[in-house]
Amino acid sequence: MAMRTAIARVRGLGSAKTGTEHWWMQRVTAVGLVPLTLWFVASLVSLAGADFETAYLWVASPTGSLPMILLLLAGLWHGKLGLQVVVEDYIHAEGVKVAILMLLSLATVALGVAGVFAVCKISFGE
Amino acid sequence: MATAQRPLSPHLQVYKPQITTVMSITHRATGIALAGGAVALVFWLLALASGPEAFEVAQAVAGSWLGYLSLFVWSFCLFYHLSNGIRHLVWDMGYGFEIPQLYASGWVTVGASVGLTVLAWVVGLMGLGGH
Repeated sequence: MAMRTAIARVRGLGSAKTGTEHWWMQRVTAVGLVPLTLWFVASLVSLAGADFETAYLWVASPTGSLPMILLLLAGLWHGKLGLQVVVEDYIHAEGVKVAILMLLSLATVALGVAGVFAVCKISFGE
Repeated sequence: MATAQRPLSPHLQVYKPQITTVMSITHRATGIALAGGAVALVFWLLALASGPEAFEVAQAVAGSWLGYLSLFVWSFCLFYHLSNGIRHLVWDMGYGFEIPQLYASGWVTVGASVGLTVLAWVVGLMGLGGH
């Protein structure tokens, strides 16, 4: 035990140089997504068959845009963490794995920026 | 990586499927499907932001038989992943690990996801006339 330095004990990180952040953030986003998904499904159900005007005004209103942005961010983050584990579990060729994980990170950010941009454009009008 | 054809330990194929294992892999499968749903949601928002013409196209895609099928599958995936995700969060707090509890919570999760899917579609389709 005395082999570990004080700072190593404080940080609580092992030889992997990382802690429980992946696992923990998956849970944090999961808890946030419980109310957000319920809101999302309820909204879609009430919007079934809606025309452009109705859908547009829904996303434009603060009660539509704010939860939508939160849903996009929490959902994409949660999905990125989940898919990362799937890739790490099933892809064993190191080069392919790193490439897919990189692509996953880039796609997550691209989708998040595109989604939030769309909501902002609708909210602010043009 | 290993090159020799060495004997491996028995893997999944030697085990009889049980509700615990089947629900576990279903959680992962529904999660992967929902990532595809997230991509669709972003495209739907982009279409809405682009204007009525692009939105018409998006609604036509969503309203096709393939669109309806995808939405139906995604809705079940969402309710399953949500219900089973809550089951996971309860485990994370340290509860429900006895075998009878695992089976009970498993069936409750399956029932809730099927029930919520049917409920959402019945209410959604009934409300179609409202718009």
